[in-house]
Amino acid sequence: MTNNAPLLELREISYSYPGQNSPLLQNVNFKTDNEQIGVIGPNGSGKTTLFQIIMGLLQADDGKILLHGNTLETDKDFFRLRCTLGFLFQDSNDQLFSPTVLEDVAFGPLNHGATPREAREISILTLEKLGLKGFEERITHRLSGGEKKLVALATILSMTPKMLLLDEPSNNLDPTTRDRLITILREQELPHIIISHDLDFLASTCTRLFTMHNGQLLPCEEKELHSHEHVHPYGHKPHQHGT
Amino acid sequence: MLEEPFSIGSTPFHKRDPKVKLLSATAISLVLAVSSSMLVAGVGCIITAVLLLLSKPDPGLLFKRIFHVNIFTLFLWITLPLTYGGETIHFLFLNPSLDGIRLAMLISLKSNGILFCFIALIATSSTAALGHGMTQLGVPQKLSFLLLFSYRQLFVIQQEYQRLQRAALLRGFTPKNSLHTYRTYSHLFGMTLVKSWNRAERVQQAMVLRGFQGKLIPLNQQKSTRVDYYFLLTMLFLSLLLATLSFISISQYSP
Repeated sequence: MTNNAPLLELREISYSYPGQNSPLLQNVNFKTDNEQIGVIGPNGSGKTTLFQIIMGLLQADDGKILLHGNTLETDKDFFRLRCTLGFLFQDSNDQLFSPTVLEDVAFGPLNHGATPREAREISILTLEKLGLKGFEERITHRLSGGEKKLVALATILSMTPKMLLLDEPSNNLDPTTRDRLITILREQELPHIIISHDLDFLASTCTRLFTMHNGQLLPCEEKELHSHEHVHPYGHKPHQHGT
Repeated sequence: MLEEPFSIGSTPFHKRDPKVKLLSATAISLVLAVSSSMLVAGVGCIITAVLLLLSKPDPGLLFKRIFHVNIFTLFLWITLPLTYGGETIHFLFLNPSLDGIRLAMLISLKSNGILFCFIALIATSSTAALGHGMTQLGVPQKLSFLLLFSYRQLFVIQQEYQRLQRAALLRGFTPKNSLHTYRTYSHLFGMTLVKSWNRAERVQQAMVLRGFQGKLIPLNQQKSTRVDYYFLLTMLFLSLLLATLSFISISQYSP
């Protein structure tokens, strides 16, 4: 193992869904260490699939995934990877499955060998950090969409990951919750990869931008990420911009 | 939305360790279920009714549950006396069979007794607590997973179905006795199955990502206290008492 190996590296990853002729991902090469990365690309271009391959939920047809320079092959390797990378699903409903918030946030730490008492402490602390104090005994399926997203983030942060993969985190969030999420991501100072169509969101949370194009992950160096303000009618009302 | 209204409360029944309650309920309902003596069924029904009262359930909800179960026994009361045969009595213009009435009575007492016992002992714990209790009692992990996950999945399936039903409703679907209606319903059911399956798969992925390796570790590990042991002993004693009653009644009636 080399010490200066990047945290995560993809080598020549290819993937095609069964029954489809053209591959969805074609020889994707990618390396990241301590960066905050945004990924844009049209629907169906393979962004989520790439995340699922990284996490070992799907198996690539070809290519290698390396964590700290070590190739991942067995289930055990991926178990290690899953302790290191936290993946926030597009739909929080899929991520929350325990009856209460506290049980859900404690699920990860318990699986990683924490005692119930430790898991409880970690979970309460994580919830507190995200401004979710008092949510411990709330029923997960009765939370609002924004609350679900933040709790889902808490379930991942309680496992103290070294890097986050976020799949369209700002989708369907109201402006207040969206801003809260931006603040949280900035305060965490964790490296992350964010899939999003929300360029303003990426501008506030990422330093580098990639685009998914023809099954390739391409850096868009020429585009300088920036946020801007502008004026238009009804601009003070909540609204969306074309992305 | 599916609820667990009886599991909320602070009576001694709610505080007992789920393991102890599972064992007690198994013992009592087993005796009630296999017994064919009216005495056992009657006394059992009274004992479990007392247990039920002590667990202080919401009366409205309780009567609703009891009513649902007794729709089935009502059918027995209608059919058994008229079809069982044997010795009959004259009642209005009917000649119901005495043995039929006796059997309907026995089944009613037994089923209500078991129902009371389950509401008092099992329904006072949350499903999650019962699942973990089962695991700790040494019930195969697969069985307790089946309980826990079918409980969790019920919500999901219900939500998916409601969503689809609403979508159909909003597009002007009114159920009629027509092929269109049946086809629509079969699509709704089919879609519900497919969507629930997909969702279940994603939930499983979420669990694997968070380090799930086939073992659920409960956050609240309840330790049995001395009170729990006394409770268990009392319940087992009651079951034994009921079982003994069946010998008394058999020796009385047998020739």
